[in-house]
Amino acid sequence: MSKDIKIKKGLTIRLKGEADKTLSNAPRSRTFAIRPSDFHLITPKMVVKEGAKVIAGDAIFYSKSNETMKFVSPVSGTLTTIERGAKRVITELVIEGDTQDSYKDFGIVNSDSMKSDEIRNHLLSSGCWPFIKQRPYDVIANPEITPKAIFVSGYASAPLAADYNFTLKGKESYLQAALTALSKLTTGAVHLSVGGAGTSPFDGLKDVTIHKVTGPHPVGNVGTQIAKLDPVNKGETVWTVSAQDLVIIGELLVTGRYNAERIIALTGSSVKTPKYYKTIIGSEVSTFIYDAGLDQENVRVINGDVLTGKRISPKGHLGAYNNTVTVIPEGNDYDLFGWNKPVFNKISTSRAMTFSWMMPKKNFDLNTNTNGEHRAFVVTGNYEEVFPLDIYPLQILKACMVQDLDAMEALGMYEVAPEDFSLTEFICVSKQPHQEIIRKGLDLMYKEIG
Amino acid sequence: MGLKQKLHTLKEKYKGTKMAPAFNALHTFLYLPNETTHSGSHIRVADDLKRTMNTVIMALLPCLILGMFNAGYQHHLQLGEIEAAANGFFSTNFWNWDNLVVGLWKVLPLVLISYGVGLAVEFLFAVIKGHEVEEGYLVTGMLVPLIVPIDIPLWMLTIAVIFGVVIGKEVFGGTGMNILNPALTIRAFLFFAYPTWMSGDKVWVHGDVAATAAGSPDAISGETILGNLAQNKDAGFEIMDMFYGFIPGSVGETSTLLILLGGLFLIFTKIGSWRIMTSAVAGALVMGLIFNGVVSQEWISESSKFFSLMSTEFWHHLLLGGLAFGIVFMATDPVTASQTNKGKWIYGFLIGFISVMIRVFNPAYPEGVMLAILLMNVFAPTIDHYVVNGNIKRRMKRLKVKTA
Repeated sequence: MSKDIKIKKGLTIRLKGEADKTLSNAPRSRTFAIRPSDFHLITPKMVVKEGAKVIAGDAIFYSKSNETMKFVSPVSGTLTTIERGAKRVITELVIEGDTQDSYKDFGIVNSDSMKSDEIRNHLLSSGCWPFIKQRPYDVIANPEITPKAIFVSGYASAPLAADYNFTLKGKESYLQAALTALSKLTTGAVHLSVGGAGTSPFDGLKDVTIHKVTGPHPVGNVGTQIAKLDPVNKGETVWTVSAQDLVIIGELLVTGRYNAERIIALTGSSVKTPKYYKTIIGSEVSTFIYDAGLDQENVRVINGDVLTGKRISPKGHLGAYNNTVTVIPEGNDYDLFGWNKPVFNKISTSRAMTFSWMMPKKNFDLNTNTNGEHRAFVVTGNYEEVFPLDIYPLQILKACMVQDLDAMEALGMYEVAPEDFSLTEFICVSKQPHQEIIRKGLDLMYKEIG
Repeated sequence: MGLKQKLHTLKEKYKGTKMAPAFNALHTFLYLPNETTHSGSHIRVADDLKRTMNTVIMALLPCLILGMFNAGYQHHLQLGEIEAAANGFFSTNFWNWDNLVVGLWKVLPLVLISYGVGLAVEFLFAVIKGHEVEEGYLVTGMLVPLIVPIDIPLWMLTIAVIFGVVIGKEVFGGTGMNILNPALTIRAFLFFAYPTWMSGDKVWVHGDVAATAAGSPDAISGETILGNLAQNKDAGFEIMDMFYGFIPGSVGETSTLLILLGGLFLIFTKIGSWRIMTSAVAGALVMGLIFNGVVSQEWISESSKFFSLMSTEFWHHLLLGGLAFGIVFMATDPVTASQTNKGKWIYGFLIGFISVMIRVFNPAYPEGVMLAILLMNVFAPTIDHYVVNGNIKRRMKRLKVKTA
């Protein structure tokens, strides 16, 4: 049953540096890295030792809490280093790639005729399971639970995010295979949202309920979609998969190979020629950043979009989940009378001598400056304007800060993920770290309630 | 090496020391800091708390300036030195140098004491507790001189400010944590500790107190309109004078016109809550209408001590006393008001409603808005509790429908 989703609350942030819709092949990276911190709350148990030879699809480690959940190598090469941090936590696994990839064969399967157990085991052993996340808690899905529904967002509304209509073009057969497989893992439906103009690669696919979404960001966030269609109640679970990861899952089913190839958008105002690149998960981001060129030296490289991405060094590697790499200027400079002079070149949701409201179509060049210091919560009522969920954002944040589990549960903590609070964080006058507060709150609930 | 670099070097030097918050507070007034995002969103909006507070101050400045002129105008008018202002808002009898000089002499010390003492307390607590100096006092410090009588002794103001900031705010944890509006806490302290300086007919015009004390035969009396009405006298002033603010009263609260403009500015900039403002106005009008109804039903007689205020036309209440000022600048304080949008409607309405009720039923102190706001400050968390509970119940119901 298809249902259109229309939201009014929200804020579309227009930034400079949108990726041009041309596709280049990124030069092959010398090293590839897997960062276990991308897989929140997973404790890795190594399968192979330093110096081992692996091919694409070979298991590198598994989850300590679930031995069947494998995490595999994106390429063939040699595992050169296992970097460890405090308490010997594994921070990074570096694989030196061969010049040519060879793939482990998982066998061609027909998702139409498979049973749910078979699909589950197939995805777990082939390293595709980590692409499936669950709510509550926004962690990798627990394979022992059958979710009430699965949600996929086929429309990215985040600032400068990669356009799925472009990156998924021509992958329809893989998408179909993945969606069919997923539809067998749930008692409910697989919900998929599409938006924007033009033809979507999802048009005409079966085993999936397609919803048209319109409105400002965060309409493309899967959390908004869940809230409007089938919110998570206590004791219920839903799964979410990003659209670009459906391609990898689908390719595995159709060809039997774990192919970590991904089309990513290199965006941001610091990039000379922002455009799309075909690369591999874990590649050095410098391979394509140097190809596109940078305008300035003092930049921040972000794995993901500006609202939810992770900061990496320019020598860092592409993350496991993101299909956007953003480069924006660092804002580590002072601004004379920046707190009271009229502001024309920054975004603001107020009109307190800020004039972005007069320029709704302008693309802004924002840097990483916080435009103020951290303060206690003072202003009220502004979060609600950009927060489309039926949840009181300020109250739930405060409940998380004081670790009041009962209040967190009552206020709707099972429904949210940190990314749902990226916009409230963006507009926060007190410069509070909303996503961090929510993440810590979810972790606490996971630990205490499970 | 420019100023920017020098200050940066100093900031690095002070980092981690006790004095760092004090230095940073001054530094950040000159320069927006070089702070960058560390977690979550990598970009942030242009607004910070300083800009927010600054916007409120900008809305208050016209009131302050008019207050200065009015101080001189009322003084000279009472002494019979000048004619009453005529020809509308820009009358030269009001806007002239002589009036301003009196105002500057009387009002600027109030502003200086308010900011000096209040910020000193803020800095002290920031240094002791090791957090940054929060901007909340920037607005409080501007509000305080505007809501006290002109002749208030400076030592009284000093004590009140210290009390208000420490007891009203810092003991709860500083800006953002307080329950009561600090500016009103200061005023309430003055009102209950030194009632003779805060009410009656001798305090609203500069020179009254001194003249009375000297037993001077031409001791001048500057009754406020509310005071007159409470004693069943005539208001004694034209409606337009009340609207422009050419009447005796606390320093900055007299001009409904400028308060209205300030309120519209706050709504336009999205800093002030339009929900609270409109619902408070509605609340005051409703209560006023009820009282008018009581009078027209002849349930009370003209001899009743409530008659004069009750029969005041309902919308005149908005022009009288500090009601408009309280609604626009005090009730909308986001920390002490209701924090949910639904709650704001209820909170605002009750402030207007109770203000007029107190005003009519308490002739000894006919200014009800201060007490109404403080009362609703206390009840704001309760209102929010019930509003948020509605959301929680809806969530529970959703679950029950599923499991049933």
